[in-house]
Amino acid sequence: MKTGTRITKSFKSILFYAGAIALCVPPVFVFVWMILTGLKTGVQNIAYPPEFIFMPTLENFRAVFQQYNFFRYLINSLIVACLATGISLALGLPAAYSIAKYRQGKIGIIILVARMTPFVSYLLPWYIIFRHLKLIDTYTALTITHLIITLPMVIWLMVSFFEGIPAELEDAAMIDGCSRLQSFIIIVLPLVRNGIATSAIMSFIFSWNQFLFSLILSGPKTKTVPVAVYNFISYGKIDWAGIGAAATLIVLPVSVFAFFVRRTIVQGLTMGALKK
Amino acid sequence: MKTAFSALSRFVDRRQAFVYPAPAVIALFLIVIIPIGYNLYLSSAKWTIGLGQPRFIGIGNFIDLLSDERVLNGVKVMVYFSGLSLSLEVALGLLIALYLNREFKGSEIVQAIYIFPFAATPVAVALIWRVMLNPEIGVMNYLLKSVGLPGSLWVSSPQTVIPALVLVDVWKWTPMITLIVLAGLKSLPHEPYEAAQIDGANALQIFWYITLPLIRPVLIAALMLRSLDNLKEFDMIYTITQGGPGIASETLYLYSYTVGFSFFKAGYGSALMVVVFLMVLVFNVVMNRMRLSAKNT
Repeated sequence: MKTGTRITKSFKSILFYAGAIALCVPPVFVFVWMILTGLKTGVQNIAYPPEFIFMPTLENFRAVFQQYNFFRYLINSLIVACLATGISLALGLPAAYSIAKYRQGKIGIIILVARMTPFVSYLLPWYIIFRHLKLIDTYTALTITHLIITLPMVIWLMVSFFEGIPAELEDAAMIDGCSRLQSFIIIVLPLVRNGIATSAIMSFIFSWNQFLFSLILSGPKTKTVPVAVYNFISYGKIDWAGIGAAATLIVLPVSVFAFFVRRTIVQGLTMGALKK
Repeated sequence: MKTAFSALSRFVDRRQAFVYPAPAVIALFLIVIIPIGYNLYLSSAKWTIGLGQPRFIGIGNFIDLLSDERVLNGVKVMVYFSGLSLSLEVALGLLIALYLNREFKGSEIVQAIYIFPFAATPVAVALIWRVMLNPEIGVMNYLLKSVGLPGSLWVSSPQTVIPALVLVDVWKWTPMITLIVLAGLKSLPHEPYEAAQIDGANALQIFWYITLPLIRPVLIAALMLRSLDNLKEFDMIYTITQGGPGIASETLYLYSYTVGFSFFKAGYGSALMVVVFLMVLVFNVVMNRMRLSAKNT
């Protein structure tokens, strides 16, 4: 009797694990296929049936850097993402703190409007303005438009993190002779460092991944990686192997970042989602 | 120098509620509100970029779009794509979260894996899906055929293009919904479940009468969060089909892009963008009503 229940129990748990593994197959498979596409030669990539076992080559990664000048695009993306993230944090942290502390819900409405408006609605005016100012194909144009996404995101995420901080802590700091500004920098910001890390990384990811603004506003000098990889298909013939290699290079950094803050990303999204 | 700093510090201290949000509010006003205003203005004008000056025509653009067949098609495609993908993502997200909602070795690994599709660059993964969905040499048809199923034309046929794009969207976003719902399930109170067990309720009853009502605000919040991006899905559709074949996957949003940046009709394009914005707004207002009523009952 007892061994019987134990057997059904372990059978059930094997069944459960089989299900859990099956649920991981779709996400993993696409990433594996991406890497495999990058490690195959052009001929192997158009073979049917598709080859699962083959001699991997790093030739495509070399070609991506040498023929397509990919390093330049990676640097462009890095510059824009860092600028957008840095400015978003500098402006967004005090604002989010104030919204949380003084219940300034009206500012929240601007943020909601910013998040709901289709990106094309910003793109057309900005395109016209930047064309006038001769700012197309500059980091300035890209950073400003990326801020449309990253600044509201940082504020929206940080408000919920700041709301978790008890006001008494700050009062205690002020009794000890801190000014409000000092207590914000010395006491409050370190307490929300998880939130800051999360919103910084989210902001970086969304700027790095941004395609639409960069498609229109970047040019030969400032082209970012999503636009660069998209151009692989507009050169007439489609270079699948190159796409595989380039896609792997683009996805790798954001995946690593997201992995490190995976728990707080979900926490931030859930808290934010539940409030508004 | 020092007195200047302390004067500044005192000013910041006294006017904290004003000084802290001011830079962000000014920035948002400049980069968000002014372009939206300009967009609204353009929607009442007839203007092709590069040709002459905008000419005010009132609601002329909005009257024109009523008789534009691509507008009707765009709305249909949008409703089809968003309706199908959003409902599948929330339903699957809930089911998978319920399945994973227990203590087990490796739950950390599953949750780590589930963050990757969310973070991955949409254009990059969309291109890989384009490779995988190729009807002749793609791995998806190979896998279908190897288990005895017929292959599909996926994004190459007007009949299957939307479900195929929905597949990609569901792949990318269901994991994130799962993680949000899972976090919600873990925070539910224990008491109702204990009471239900004492009363001898079965699993289905517990789900229907306890879990679902409790988790509904989380589900609707996740749906709203997701809909903000889903209704303006651009990168993935543009990368895989550019609205094709023909205009079979051209959402209203994609069409407004084409009008604005391929035809350079700034006025008419802006009017289309205003319509997209109103669609997102209405959807979110309705969902918010539902969420608040779900919370209060």
